[in-house]
Amino acid sequence: MSGLLLKGGRVVDPVSGIDGTRDVLIDGGLIKAVGIDLPVGSAQVVDVAGLLVTPGLIDMHVHLREPGHEHKETIATGAASAVAGGFTAVACMPNTDPVNDQASITQFMLKRAAEAGLARVYPIGAVTLGSKGEALAEIADLKAAGCVAISDDGKPVLTALLMRRALEYTAMCGMPVIDHCEDPTLKGDGVAHEGFNASRLGLKGIPGEAEELWIERDITLAGLTGGRFHVAHLSTRGSLRAVRVGKARGINVTCEVAPHHFILTDDALEGYDTNVKMNPPLREASDRDELVRGLVDGSVDVIATDHAPHHADEKRVEFDRAPFGIVGLETCVPLTFDRLVHTGLITLTRFVELLSVNPARILGVTGGALTPGAPADVSILAPDLSATIDASRLVSKSKNTPFGGWTLKGGVAATIVAGRVVYTNPDVPRARAFTPVSVA
Amino acid sequence: MIEAPSPSPTSTSGQLAQASAPQGTPASSPAPVSGPPPQASAQGAPGLRVRHLLGIEELSPEEIVLILDTAEAMKEVGSRTVKKVPALRGRTVVNLFFEPSTRTRTSFEIAEKRLSADTLSIAVATSSVTKGETLVDTALNLEAMSPDMIVMRHASSGAAHLLSQICRARIINAGDGMHEHPTQALLDAFTIRRHKQRIAGLKVAIIGDLLHSRVFRSNVHLLRKLGADVWVSAPRTLIPPGIERLGVTATTRVEDAIADADVVMMLRIQMERMQGHFFPSLREYFTLYGLTKERLALARPDAIVMHPGPMNRGVEIASDVADGPASVILEQVSNGVAVRMAVLYLLAGGLD
Repeated sequence: MSGLLLKGGRVVDPVSGIDGTRDVLIDGGLIKAVGIDLPVGSAQVVDVAGLLVTPGLIDMHVHLREPGHEHKETIATGAASAVAGGFTAVACMPNTDPVNDQASITQFMLKRAAEAGLARVYPIGAVTLGSKGEALAEIADLKAAGCVAISDDGKPVLTALLMRRALEYTAMCGMPVIDHCEDPTLKGDGVAHEGFNASRLGLKGIPGEAEELWIERDITLAGLTGGRFHVAHLSTRGSLRAVRVGKARGINVTCEVAPHHFILTDDALEGYDTNVKMNPPLREASDRDELVRGLVDGSVDVIATDHAPHHADEKRVEFDRAPFGIVGLETCVPLTFDRLVHTGLITLTRFVELLSVNPARILGVTGGALTPGAPADVSILAPDLSATIDASRLVSKSKNTPFGGWTLKGGVAATIVAGRVVYTNPDVPRARAFTPVSVA
Repeated sequence: MIEAPSPSPTSTSGQLAQASAPQGTPASSPAPVSGPPPQASAQGAPGLRVRHLLGIEELSPEEIVLILDTAEAMKEVGSRTVKKVPALRGRTVVNLFFEPSTRTRTSFEIAEKRLSADTLSIAVATSSVTKGETLVDTALNLEAMSPDMIVMRHASSGAAHLLSQICRARIINAGDGMHEHPTQALLDAFTIRRHKQRIAGLKVAIIGDLLHSRVFRSNVHLLRKLGADVWVSAPRTLIPPGIERLGVTATTRVEDAIADADVVMMLRIQMERMQGHFFPSLREYFTLYGLTKERLALARPDAIVMHPGPMNRGVEIASDVADGPASVILEQVSNGVAVRMAVLYLLAGGLD
């Protein structure tokens, strides 16, 4: 027997314009054919009627913590979390210890990812050595080693001059610069969105303008250089306005939004749960609502989780002492289905654009389409699965999510990377027909 | 939990045991109470609905009035020759201070001793926190020794909430970061009520570093719940964004806040928090916002001047005002003991 035939699923592949019942034939790690009533031949047939078959989802903003912070996550546990969340690929930020600012570290990450054999892992290199904002890292070398973008994420690219040079230099290498946009002096030692809730709770504020100011700077520099600027975890309506204006001016700017920013607001700060502490912070309802509009109208390019695992001990402290960030890989698909798809806000086509087509295009990596001959990275989703998020059962090494206990409609049935079934969800009956690969 | 006698005064000997409790006293008439505090049964009635005193925001107006009325009775205890009642006999109260404090810690200690509690105070310099222990571990270790109540001062907003999620002991927030300092607001209200016989309808001006002040936040909640007209004033840099939503009038013109005020409450300028370029100099701050005789003259003739301490003379308040006839600053300190006795007593009422 050779190959795998996904029979009768709803295939959503925006690049080829397909949204309808199709069969997908996978063989030799590649997509062989997409069509109606494909001949079975010698393939194993899995009936996926009622399920959604999409190009593999790609999370272009995660923190896998290895090397250096393996108590939070490793590349292997992060990759396992990714495929459990329906992602066939992730791009991991360089703020490890040491920082991914040289080819040897990129190679180490790729080696670990290959050993894990689950999701594809695309390292993002540092813009500056040690992400210190002083001197450029060897960007071309990072690219040659396998980096798909550069960023000093966790921090902004500190000076306008360095950002200018990074944009110019990466334009030559064909990579985007992803900036964590935040004016560090305006952020100060803020821990929450500056506004009524922070005022009332006595938490130091981070104004939305700290982000907007920086995005305006970077868009201006992208205009100067012709380089490609991607905004990490955009969180305010003013930031989105800046991106819309930049796009209208023909500047090469794209942006991503995290599920927590299009769902939660700073009202969640009540009670000081450190699992609602992230950077950028949860903003106001008017920001959240505008981000949703941006997801609907296409001015937001990507949904990315900013998956930021932290050990429970690190989060079980005073609010101002807790690290920023939450895990996101395994909650993204349910949250996006429940809040955007089932509410009728976005179509399935848009869903796939946000989570697969656009991240693949921005990073210049494989995937984003079910094109015959392309590697068979396929997500099989269960739009009608209703499940309650249990933080303790997350595959990620860390459990820091504010969404524990949320019952959401929409989930993952199975994940296929390069033709290998790397995850099946036991809660989805049809997914039991898959023969998952055994992973050491 | 440890077995302990009911804190009801009727179950113990002592002067408080005889009289009946003045329960349900209306808000506006704090008729001086010479009798004992309201009786709190082992089941917690009729005392506080809250298990902990984390902030004023969680209290109902009725609970606030209950505390203030109970404090009247406690005040009387403090005027006796033998300033001790057995209400908390056999109870263990830990004072856990992660920030330096003389006034508040001393006030709590005296209050606890006057209620016959067994108390100990832990200051940060002598605690294991300096050895890298987390607040959670410190709390779990304390909890293992079964204290009935923990009074905590901490530099982080929300620290008292965290403690209350870990400990079975009743938590009294003695100041958490920039968030709340509920017993300070209660003693301020108690002091105002003794002078003005009411809170409702009074114009109260709160002036100073609003941004970093937990005293300000607790006072705003309390004064609004009891119906005062609250004006706040500070340089624009020290007014927390969106604060009008708490029902206060915020102005940078200090004269507008003081005009016809019944109460002028000055807040301390916290020198240690001034790295943020909030104003150019202490000199300019005093020129614009310092409470001088001239500015005080804008208030009602019978206005009182308050300050939670510690004062920076010549920064937020002129010495002649601090020591002048309108000042009730030292009275606030002495009322602090009675109010904290009331809080301890009422929270103990729910202990089993």
